[in-house]
Amino acid sequence: MDTSQYLEIFLDEAKEHLQNLNTQILDLEQEPENMDTINEIFRAAHSLKGMAGTMGYKRMQTLTHDMENVFSEVRNGNITVQASTIDILFQCLDALEEYVNNIQESADEGTNENEPIIKALNQILNGSSADEPKQEKEEPKKKAEPEKTKKSDEENGKQKWHSIKLDDSEKHVLSEAKSKGMNVYGLSVYIEETCILKAARAFLVFKAVEDYGEIIVSQPSAQDIEDEKFEYEFSLIVVSDQPLEPILKAAKSVSEIQEVVGDVLNIEAGADKENGTEVHKEEGTAVETSPKEVAKGVPQQTATKKENKKSQTAKSTGGKPVVNRTVRVDIEKLDDLMNLVSELIIAKNSLVSQTSTEGTSATSFNEQIEYLESVTTNLHESVMKVRMVPIESVVNKFPRMIRDLQKKLNKKMELYMTGEDTELDRTVVDEIGDPLMHLLRNAADHGLETNEVRKERGKPEIGSIFLDAYQDGNNVVIEVRDDGNGIDAEAVKEKAIERGTITEEQAMKMSDKEIINLLLLPSFSTAKEVTDVSGRGVGLDVVKSKIEALSGEVEVKSKLGEGSTWIIRLPLTLAIIQALMVSIGNEKYAISLGSIQTIEDITPQDIKLVENKEVIHLRGTVIPLIRLNEVLDIESQGSADDNLIVVIVKKGDNLAGLVVDELMGQQEIVIKSLGKYVNKCKIISGATILGDGEVALILDANTLF
Amino acid sequence: MDEMKVVDKSLDSDRIEYDTTQFIVIKLGNEQYGIDIQYIDNILRMQNITRVPKVAPYLKGAINLRGEVIPVMSIRQKMGLPADEITKATRIIILKLEQHGMIGIMVDEVKEVVTLNNGEIEKVSYDNKEEKTTFISGIGKEDGNLISLLDLNAVVAEKENA
Repeated sequence: MDTSQYLEIFLDEAKEHLQNLNTQILDLEQEPENMDTINEIFRAAHSLKGMAGTMGYKRMQTLTHDMENVFSEVRNGNITVQASTIDILFQCLDALEEYVNNIQESADEGTNENEPIIKALNQILNGSSADEPKQEKEEPKKKAEPEKTKKSDEENGKQKWHSIKLDDSEKHVLSEAKSKGMNVYGLSVYIEETCILKAARAFLVFKAVEDYGEIIVSQPSAQDIEDEKFEYEFSLIVVSDQPLEPILKAAKSVSEIQEVVGDVLNIEAGADKENGTEVHKEEGTAVETSPKEVAKGVPQQTATKKENKKSQTAKSTGGKPVVNRTVRVDIEKLDDLMNLVSELIIAKNSLVSQTSTEGTSATSFNEQIEYLESVTTNLHESVMKVRMVPIESVVNKFPRMIRDLQKKLNKKMELYMTGEDTELDRTVVDEIGDPLMHLLRNAADHGLETNEVRKERGKPEIGSIFLDAYQDGNNVVIEVRDDGNGIDAEAVKEKAIERGTITEEQAMKMSDKEIINLLLLPSFSTAKEVTDVSGRGVGLDVVKSKIEALSGEVEVKSKLGEGSTWIIRLPLTLAIIQALMVSIGNEKYAISLGSIQTIEDITPQDIKLVENKEVIHLRGTVIPLIRLNEVLDIESQGSADDNLIVVIVKKGDNLAGLVVDELMGQQEIVIKSLGKYVNKCKIISGATILGDGEVALILDANTLF
Repeated sequence: MDEMKVVDKSLDSDRIEYDTTQFIVIKLGNEQYGIDIQYIDNILRMQNITRVPKVAPYLKGAINLRGEVIPVMSIRQKMGLPADEITKATRIIILKLEQHGMIGIMVDEVKEVVTLNNGEIEKVSYDNKEEKTTFISGIGKEDGNLISLLDLNAVVAEKENA
């Protein structure tokens, strides 16, 4: 099969299975007896093996196969799961992940055989169940004996499966199966020469055989068979726990199949590759008697040659396939989109008919416009939802990471996660993994105290790290919290002065919060010693810049001795927002609806002065006033006595009142970048194009605080 | 610039084979300037420019060009000339520069396209201490007229304490 078109799906699914395995094995570590978990692991390992096999990634297949064997034994109760088993399984998953990453980069799995892991897996297998399968093994062999003698010489000539060349991993799979008491059969299938749809017949045979067992190898390859690149016969090697007869019968039952010959495959003989050429020779001599066979034999040889060449070229040209980023979309979301598009068409059509009929009334026209508007709004929302994926895919790998950190740092800790189903734009989800990982590592390494210290301080011995995600208005908030030592503002201050980041006078004036925020500056690490895990002085500033690149923000809250909380706030969408249009002087500005709390009408008498700054007192809170016309250097049209229109905006827990001249209404706006020329102007976060083609600027209320 | 290329060509073809550059000639006040045509994306009539607050005064604001928001600067103010007088002839030239992206510059008038070969371009001497010369990469001579060729990267570059 030409598998390149499936590469994306393979990668997606492989990652999913790996993730699933990771989670399940973590569960298994907690409850080694849980049958559901074991079954789930077995299933995931099995599908992974199948996928790897289909795609022709032999090493990956071998490794998963061995892993699957272990689980199979665990499932049968022959092996109990021990801590060492779990460790090896995780190593195994890491190795598989490496394969997957290699495949993603180069479409090739790489050359790492991971023999030590395979060995370790086999040791687990042999450790407990070395005796049992041996007994089973003998039985089928005995059964096979008499059958073999029955075979006539003529049939032997037809047993083309003898010429199938096995590579190491396939041999391994076969001997493995044999050792587990499975039967290995070779089959050669002859299709009637009058048959037109050879490939389809072959496919049916494949299907029929697969009901009984697993097809390990086929000759010609499955791809060539699919493309009808074969004469009228093909050969299979099948692993099954069933006797041979029903398999042969099933294969024969496919119409237009002339004959199916099969026998138990003696692996030792099959493995003897020297014999392979001999078989070919034999065929050559046997051919003299029946010319038909020549015709069959020759193309077969050329076919194998071709195949060899093919695989060679495939290897040499294995450049870097660009694997596109994909989003898996719930079919329901697509249905919604479809519905909306049809509505859009209807709305367009009625507009067309409106304009063509004479005497169109303005009201019905407006109605149509309103209809159109609601459709486009919904359309936008739906498209947005299609781009949204739960952050689950990112955060799911963290429990595993914490487990590894726990061993590495020798601290006991537990990760609690909530809100994994919170959805974010795919582009954001892809980027958010690293920053979160930094924060978690940070919490584990620097945040949590060692177990002894925790005990001394009267805290529970096991440290807790929390990862909470939730939606807050138009933002998604992700909090990383630990119950460790918190950030020592004094230590940060000293370090900052020592490094010359701030002067001593500056330090005097700064609040603890401001000092803690210094941590987010480039190359600022307070870790006394650099550890393997974190503390290389890159990290928090990376977190900050990464989050800011996604137009989000990072906030730190910390209490010495009680722990710290890192709050990441991200916008739901990046491209289109709901905004309030306001005018100041004769200029128009947009304020994101997400940051607006309320809109108030304030009389000049309500304005009080605190520390020479204008504030208003609103429902128990004192809110500073910001006169936008001053901030933006505009001449305001309003006179001093007029009531003020104040837009109350919030940033976190802070509120501020923006004084504007006029409210123009709510509008959906598309955010456009202003380019680097005006990046220096922090108040403006971007621009948008209004209905009349004019440019309006978007105010970033956050920068006004 | 690259005269090595034409070494083995006959004298006749020299004129054509010489590396030539096309310039758009614009006017700022009474002076003529040339802009290398390969950096020009578009020439627009004057339109409403949305002011962007808190930026250098020579940055006039932003305009909408086919759905993209593009900053516009006054080349006059950047070069220290008197402020623009907007007339019917005023144009916005949209430049596309690799390091700076798209940016519009306001000019008094767009006159014509001239083709200059390298022999007709004279490098500017730098002993002149006047600030204006830093914006000019060379002088082109065409039919007795002198055209100052703008060094676009210098024109567009952000100026400290402007």
